[in-house]
Amino acid sequence: MALAPVDAVVIGAGAGGGVIAKELACAGLRVVLLERGRWVTAWDDHKDDLRNQRTSVLGAPFGPDDERNPRVAVDRRGRELVVLPSDGAYSNNAACVGSGTVSYGAMAWRYMAQDFRMKSIYGCPPGSTLDDWPITYDDLEPFYEKAEWEMGVSGDVAPDPFHAPRRRGLPMPPLPPNREYEILKPAALRKGWHPFDIPMLRNSVPYNGRGPCMRCRWCVGFACEVNAKNGTQNTVIPTALATGLCELRTDAMAKEIVLDARGHATAVTYYDADDRPQTQPARLVVVSAGAIETARLLLNSKSRLHPHGLGNRYDWVGRNLQGHAYPRAVGLFDFDTYDDVGPGASIAICDFNHGNPGLRGGAMLANEFIRLPIQFTGMTPPDTPRWGRANKDYMRQFYRRSIAVMGPVQEMPLFEARAELDPRIKDFWGIPVARLSGGRHPHSVEVARAVVQKAAEWLQEAGAIRTWTNVPGLDLSGGQHQAGTCRMGNDPKTSVVDRNCRIHEADNIYIADASVHVTNGGFNPALTILANAYRVAAAIVKERHA
Amino acid sequence: MRKPSRRSFLAGAVLATAGCRQDAGARLALTGDETRTLNAICDQLIPADQDPGAAATGAVVFIDRQLAGPYRRYRRAYREGLVRTAALSSKMFGKPLDQLAGEQRLAVVERIEEDARPFFEMVLAHTMQGFYGSPRHGGNRDYASWRMLRVPASPVRGRIQYDLRQGKGS
Repeated sequence: MALAPVDAVVIGAGAGGGVIAKELACAGLRVVLLERGRWVTAWDDHKDDLRNQRTSVLGAPFGPDDERNPRVAVDRRGRELVVLPSDGAYSNNAACVGSGTVSYGAMAWRYMAQDFRMKSIYGCPPGSTLDDWPITYDDLEPFYEKAEWEMGVSGDVAPDPFHAPRRRGLPMPPLPPNREYEILKPAALRKGWHPFDIPMLRNSVPYNGRGPCMRCRWCVGFACEVNAKNGTQNTVIPTALATGLCELRTDAMAKEIVLDARGHATAVTYYDADDRPQTQPARLVVVSAGAIETARLLLNSKSRLHPHGLGNRYDWVGRNLQGHAYPRAVGLFDFDTYDDVGPGASIAICDFNHGNPGLRGGAMLANEFIRLPIQFTGMTPPDTPRWGRANKDYMRQFYRRSIAVMGPVQEMPLFEARAELDPRIKDFWGIPVARLSGGRHPHSVEVARAVVQKAAEWLQEAGAIRTWTNVPGLDLSGGQHQAGTCRMGNDPKTSVVDRNCRIHEADNIYIADASVHVTNGGFNPALTILANAYRVAAAIVKERHA
Repeated sequence: MRKPSRRSFLAGAVLATAGCRQDAGARLALTGDETRTLNAICDQLIPADQDPGAAATGAVVFIDRQLAGPYRRYRRAYREGLVRTAALSSKMFGKPLDQLAGEQRLAVVERIEEDARPFFEMVLAHTMQGFYGSPRHGGNRDYASWRMLRVPASPVRGRIQYDLRQGKGS
């Protein structure tokens, strides 16, 4: 049974989809926003150290559920494993209203101008599909500003001499410093670096009718108990609903985008909250399901003109799956560094995002969020036993006397790092699941090794009596920063969507999530996803009025 | 002669506090023998010193409870690994693991780490979760590990009890 037609169906109520729904509804379009998860709040994770988005050993409270949503992960030796959302290899990024923006740490980075021109600046390393974006930082700048002011960002990036030009500052001042900030700032200055307050989608003062951060220790991985973190679930999605033109359907699992004989999308089929199949006709479709699920949906949408999946004529859908290589340096101190003042992450430097000799790109470096005790169990020095008396001694002595500095290293995309359809495994609804395979480019690991040395130097300058580093290996990336699977580009033979994020050869289907990122910056990607969604929405609205 | 086990002691305690939520007394997934063996392993992984260790703060309660829930899929691995541990203990020292002295227990656990790596890693991970995780899951009784780490144990700040599902649209 077909439902009443609407102007637009948006698939996925996360960062991208939330913004699209709001912008289209506010422009007068009738919108249906499909979300496979539900509304969640701090009630759903109860500040539970073992059941949150970061440590999901007892379950993934922000969805999807383990029972109905398997994936297949293939490791670098070719071994296949059926994995669940609470497993690391699943690369989960939440399934709920707001998606990752509910439980994120809320860092709100603009990519740097160079991040859009990686191939031109550095050249492509052997084996990589590194390329420039078809848009520049300047194209995105007004939309970064819109995201910052509409959703609310605090921080102070003025002392960072490396950031790209911006017309307007941030709407909120930074939070008062925590102890790690006080320790790390003078050390960075002594090194001649340029420390500053991390921009965050987090209220430091009342904004948009909600109060400021209460500085608790359960931040990244958790829903905020006082709604001080700004996600799409407490900003643009409620605004979209308030227009009366946007209907949000939760527990709605998209199955396929239906195309007519001319390759024009006519409807989206999905399973509703009672698992009944539904068909929602629409004039246009926007996919914003996250890099893995967006690719999966396209590949599951086969038609006469797109026999290998929607937009997949040249086999680029699902390719170039990337995230960040996250190296970490840990320093131990002979004085207390812990002050129980959240969110913990407070200070950053961008001195090593670019210009690292002989290397392509780099990473922003920042101190890590507060580590809950269970997280600190994974932070023992290489020569400390992992169990027994000595391990317990280490935990007791250094839990409050440690600082970690990390950085999201920009990765070199690989064609073979991919999300495709598994030929065998289907989900609860009978839809073929994503199959993840491939690895990380060796150059990304090389950059991580170099950048993490700077992190260790920073800690040593700050007085660490001991430091060590952890660098990720060649295993497949993705995770919560998953990106790249539906590349944006001018050439249909080497990309999936055009510069306005419309699928090549499909005139009314757009993608608005990190799938379209050609490269993923040396930063957390949330603000870029939001800004690009504002940009895509503007293009859709403009075209509609033309 | 064996002292009254903690289990039978606690079973009495549960009766005495009928109406409280399920506590350490009744096992949900593990047998008595399995419980004693596992408890002896946990005791070596995070031993008691000036602060309580994993065994005395409910690590086995934690693991048992999860084996009846999200860790159901590990039941077989526990069953097999604990049988193997018991056999190894008998072979090395002629007694069940929980009846060995500390140094002998340690020797058995070290051997398990070498010979049954996947089982050992699983028990280690779950013991760490039980001891350092939220007390609500049965381990870390009385916030023992958080007190040891000098983490403020039960902050009142930001505790808001609400459930959107019961007030849809609010």
